[in-house]
Amino acid sequence: MSGSPGAGRSRIVTWAVVGLCLGLAGALAWAMLDLPAPSTRLPGQVAAQLERSGVEHPVTAVLLNFRGYDTLLEIAVLLLALLGMLAAGVAPRASAPLGASSMLAALARALAPLMVLVAGYLLWAGAFRPGGAFQAGAVLAAAGVLLRLAGFLPAWTRPGAALRMALAAGFALFLAIAALGLTEGALLRYPEPSAGALILAIESGLTFSLGLILAGLFLAGPELPRREDGGGTP
Amino acid sequence: MTELADFGVFDVLLALALLGSAWRALAAPDLFKATVLFIVFGLLMALAWARLAAPDIVLAEAAIGAGLTGALLLDAVGHLRARRRAREEDGR
Repeated sequence: MSGSPGAGRSRIVTWAVVGLCLGLAGALAWAMLDLPAPSTRLPGQVAAQLERSGVEHPVTAVLLNFRGYDTLLEIAVLLLALLGMLAAGVAPRASAPLGASSMLAALARALAPLMVLVAGYLLWAGAFRPGGAFQAGAVLAAAGVLLRLAGFLPAWTRPGAALRMALAAGFALFLAIAALGLTEGALLRYPEPSAGALILAIESGLTFSLGLILAGLFLAGPELPRREDGGGTP
Repeated sequence: MTELADFGVFDVLLALALLGSAWRALAAPDLFKATVLFIVFGLLMALAWARLAAPDIVLAEAAIGAGLTGALLLDAVGHLRARRRAREEDGR
């Protein structure tokens, strides 16, 4: 074949990339081993301050109280990603629901309410055991994806004002409560007696909006062309 | 002996399966197969976190890592296939 010199060159490029990756991995490992041992014991500090956080589960306390700033930026990044997708333009085509088999439709009908229930449980459980807003939001989004695949939800060719407000609601509520702390002296400093209630309010808003945002990554997009071979309708 | 009992045959197999599924997901020439292997990798990873007693990360990995990312990747593969099919029909 005449392509053998090209193939040889691409093999050289491949091995060069592999070599560079191995070098980077080695440098990272060396840098990690070179780090000094942490001088503070963070788990101990979290355990010592857990009573003041308003929740009983240390992971939730870190995510929404001690390091709430990180979580605030995380939801902002997710919202921005979806806004970018919507701004990049979606093919303005009529959004007919997908043709789905009746088996999938029945399964989606049975599962969707259960998934909403599980999301509510995960949200509530986050205060004292593993769970929380991100997991609950992901379950809600999965329910949305399932309903979309079963043909119950149309694609978002042009999200309306209510939907856009709902997408931003979780972030806006988080930001408002964070700004409330400014009266206490610092961003995200919750007044101590009501910290638990505020965290629950933030997590509820986050669950709602995260479910919509994560589902939106799937739902916002050009309509899939309908398959002629598939589907259960004769 | 007790240390060995903590890390059993199951964990060794799990680690091997993780490495194997990760390599095959990267090396699979078919995008659909690679996506399915990625989901398998995510679920095995969730099992590994469970063995390491990190239930919060198990939930996040299973729901977001394997579930949602897998669904998004499958969706993308479907779009790519539809586009390729449309192009082939135009060229005919």
